[in-house]
Amino acid sequence: MRETTHLVHKYLRSSKRFPHIWCAGCGIGIFMQSLIRVIDQKEYSKDDVVLISGIGCSGRLPVYVDFNTLHTTHGRALTFATGIKLAKPRLKVIAIMGDGDAIAIGGNHFIHAARRNVEIASFVINNQVYGMTGGQCSPTTPDGTITASSPYGNLEPDFNICRLAEAAGATFVGRATVYHTRLLEQLIGKAFEKKGFAMVEVVSQCVTYPGRTFGPDPAVAMMKWQRDNSITVAQASKLSEAERQGKIEIGILVDKERPTYHEEYQKLLRKKPKV
Amino acid sequence: MAGCCFYAGYPITPATEIMEIMARDLPRAGGIFIQMEDEIASLGAVIGASLAGAKSMTATSGPGFSLMQEHIGFACMAEVPCVIADIMRAGPSTGLPTQASQSDVMQARWGTHGDHPIIALAPSSVYECLELTVQAFNLSERYRTPIILLIDEAVAHMREGIVLPSPGDIEIEERPHPTVPPEWYIPYADPGTGVPPMSAFGDGYRYHVTGLYHDVRGYPTIRADEVEPLIHRLFSKISRDFDHLQWFDSYYTEDARITVIAYGCVSRAALRAIKEAREKGLKVGLIKLKVIWPFMHCTIAKILENSPKVLVPEINFGQISREVKRVNQGKCEVATLNKVDGTILTPPEILRKLEEMYS
Ligand SMILES: Cc1ncc(C[n+]2csc(CCOP(=O)(O)OP(=O)(O)O)c2C)c(N)n1
Ligand code: SF4
Ligand SMILES: [Mg+2]
Repeated sequence: MRETTHLVHKYLRSSKRFPHIWCAGCGIGIFMQSLIRVIDQKEYSKDDVVLISGIGCSGRLPVYVDFNTLHTTHGRALTFATGIKLAKPRLKVIAIMGDGDAIAIGGNHFIHAARRNVEIASFVINNQVYGMTGGQCSPTTPDGTITASSPYGNLEPDFNICRLAEAAGATFVGRATVYHTRLLEQLIGKAFEKKGFAMVEVVSQCVTYPGRTFGPDPAVAMMKWQRDNSITVAQASKLSEAERQGKIEIGILVDKERPTYHEEYQKLLRKKPKV
Repeated sequence: MAGCCFYAGYPITPATEIMEIMARDLPRAGGIFIQMEDEIASLGAVIGASLAGAKSMTATSGPGFSLMQEHIGFACMAEVPCVIADIMRAGPSTGLPTQASQSDVMQARWGTHGDHPIIALAPSSVYECLELTVQAFNLSERYRTPIILLIDEAVAHMREGIVLPSPGDIEIEERPHPTVPPEWYIPYADPGTGVPPMSAFGDGYRYHVTGLYHDVRGYPTIRADEVEPLIHRLFSKISRDFDHLQWFDSYYTEDARITVIAYGCVSRAALRAIKEAREKGLKVGLIKLKVIWPFMHCTIAKILENSPKVLVPEINFGQISREVKRVNQGKCEVATLNKVDGTILTPPEILRKLEEMYS
């Protein structure tokens, strides 16, 4: 409790009018707390941290915390992050996106940021829904789900965000839920340390939209669901494709080294190219 | 020369050469060049770099300019300096990729959604491309706003000899920086000039930047008493300086019975036509616009009072002519000459029109 009070005073903006916009029981706040905790552990200077977000409930996170914060356009956080990191490489650049944000409208930026390998620690808060706009289906909404925009059931299969990041070349890929905060903090720490494009999928709950089908106390029910449906990467490797269906595979999925865009660019600058 | 050290772009005819030259020369000058995945991403990266303190630009043409509109609006709202060169080709859609046009004049003005001020400059020669690009950076830094360079394909691909000014002769402006300590910094408070001082990310002044309406601290707001002052300030920081943005050249206008109002490559053809007309004894003159937006209301109004007739030739369906007519309000006769077949207006075509109007 003492620690939390200390973190609140140190990192939440005293000049910002609270309360925050999130619904009671939303998972985004849990992620925010984990993020702050890890930044504090790493002892980064607040002046050197840049938090960039897109648009959505998740996109509102940066405004509450006392860093250099940038709330961009829907799906495009990584493009701004790329410009900031290249222009001032000493900054710790962190991008926070929603599932629709990162994978639907921002899907192209997402794969190219991963391929390009600019050093950005990115987090996709996957609540399997468009929260901000009122519960429409997103590219991670499971097939068949009834949502505001799929009243007869979603006709499309869902994306596996981590596999997409891996295929596009991300050097660190991990997944945790907001129930597994210990693991979540471990992954946040690893993403921060990564020299390259790191992506952590944060499985979270939207209690207000999908939560409606989870009974009277959706936050607890949804987090129990996260607990009961998660399997570790090691456990998953022993299961067949069919057995893995519907399970959340948590842990580190990719951790590799590859020269970053910045390193390659520095090499180019040192060569002093002539025409 | 202008101090640009960051370029992000995506290839498109007829703007690709700008990108290729940046790819070649920026690394040699220690700057950053990056080819992005599309034009939305390009302008996103440019805005990001500018927030980190780098003077930044991108270049594109019609289809890419359409994609950039989202982030032009963001740069207006968040007040991030940046320069966008739009090398105009004919549209709509993919249109005529290799042919000159002036058909993005209105898109430059109203392309992004919502009320917003915009500054667009239109060079008509190689030297003016240099001069106005430097000015574009200066204005973007001075007013913390995106500046659009509207260049038609003919001017953009032009080759002609110029004498480069020595670097000392060029005035370079920097964005206003905060002079107060970080604890006192209120990032979007009006210091009296309409342009709040801007700190770069990482310089110790932590603040919030958003495309939402925001209060003076940068935090989102829907309060009417915070929303209205913001949009008013965004307009007035530029409109209060209208007098300084009356950039034009005039030729033979003193006694002109017909004044031609033109910009870009058309102004060159017009000047030639006017010289030939003068040889034939016709009293005609030319106003060449260098600033397209904000429209030079006062300057044009004076011309309309002094010249019985005005001709606005353009290689589009008539975009600036609408503005001229709006200012004119029936004072004099405003004629148009529009060419929309993908070729440029020639001196004989303009001369013929002048002769027709003169008789
Ligand atoms: C270009 C554009 N299209 C649509 C929207 C409307 N919009 C705002 S948030 C959002 C979806 C948010 O979903 P997600 O990214 O999953 O974030 P969440 O709210 O669930 O955290 C949409 C479609 C927008 N702001 N901009
Ligand atoms: S709508 Fe859903 S995602 Fe958005 S704040 Fe509420 S619970 Fe969270
Ligand atoms: Mg979502």
